Amino acid sequence: MENFNIFLRSIFVDNMIFAYFLGMCSFLAVSKNVKTAFGLGVAVTFMLVITLPVNYLLETYVLKAGALSWLGPEYAEVDLSFLSLIMFIAVIASMTQLVEMAVEKYSPSLYASLGIFLPLIAVNCAILGGSLFMEQRDFPSVWTAVCAGGGWGIGWLLAITAIAAIRERLAAYSSVPAPLRGIGITFIVTALMGVAFMSFLGIKI
Amino acid sequence: MAEKVSLRSVLFNPLSRNNPVVVQVLGICSVLAVTVKLAPALVMGLSVIVVLAFSNVIISLIRNTIPTNIRIIVQLVVVAALVIIVDQLLQAYMYDVSKQLSVFISLIITNCILMGRLEAFAMSNKPWPSMLDGIGNGAGYAIILVIVAFFRELLGSGTLLGYQVVPQWCYDHGYVNNGLMILPPMALIVVACIIWVQRSRNKELQE
Repeated sequence: MENFNIFLRSIFVDNMIFAYFLGMCSFLAVSKNVKTAFGLGVAVTFMLVITLPVNYLLETYVLKAGALSWLGPEYAEVDLSFLSLIMFIAVIASMTQLVEMAVEKYSPSLYASLGIFLPLIAVNCAILGGSLFMEQRDFPSVWTAVCAGGGWGIGWLLAITAIAAIRERLAAYSSVPAPLRGIGITFIVTALMGVAFMSFLGIKI
Repeated sequence: MAEKVSLRSVLFNPLSRNNPVVVQVLGICSVLAVTVKLAPALVMGLSVIVVLAFSNVIISLIRNTIPTNIRIIVQLVVVAALVIIVDQLLQAYMYDVSKQLSVFISLIITNCILMGRLEAFAMSNKPWPSMLDGIGNGAGYAIILVIVAFFRELLGSGTLLGYQVVPQWCYDHGYVNNGLMILPPMALIVVACIIWVQRSRNKELQE
């Protein structure tokens, strides 16, 4: 039950885009049509669900202060937490490369439509941000990490699909002033959606 | 290099015409997060300039020895090492500011400007132009950061760099700080306004 609550929390209250504004670059760049946006959202969710538990295990059994005590009492003093950043990013980058190869092999059509954005997932701040939040919050078990990762991913997926749908309508039916067309109006729409999502702030689940 | 890229344009183009934030739309996350006050925005801008210039040089020096399959990992490790150095320096000498910036110094690693410039420029150019490119793009990023932070601090808290700017008699006559400016969505709106101004001056950028 606890884990389900964290899952729901991560989707709505702690939404990556609207509460923390992480992962904005690909959010703005890939939201021109719903189909690609949805594909990228799925890829990001997938990456979060994989990398969060891996990084959690790494953090608990290798990096945290005293985490190496399972090797023997003489290691109990070791604190490697200053290495966490470089380890997290290495895990994320290698996972991305793995996923890229897998997608290229098994689903060439998805690979063609995601194109350059797959490697960009490695530098999607939402994914590294997820791992850093995980480190900050001291999750009790690896399942919590899986649930939080899934929740953050789905929240991101919802956000990018929503903005892509809005942008499709905007491009077709509205007359935006020429200098604001494209990226400018997207910023403003995102800001308004962010204000709306603030109504979730402070809800305790 | 097949064609000679003018060093001048490499350095100065990113400041306005090819600005990394408002034209290439890279590195938005940190623009939103660190621009509530002017001082952290300045520090953040400087850190990005330093990291970007050095990582561009390093990647450019080893660009011919990196296998293309694992280039992302190599680039990220170089950037991560530099970011950790900057982070430790800030914690040692400017502890208060580094507390305010918290996780966002670490997130320089995933700042898309870095990966974007490494992929687009450093992987195919010599070290010296790469360094200029790094400084130029870092400065372009820093300028936007400072403009956004200027307006948000002025309108949101009535101060600049911590000094009171809006005089007391304004408050006495009913002027109130705009609390909305402190919230992250307003940073998006300020950036949108910058884009608006810039694109109405440079017609060729309009979509």
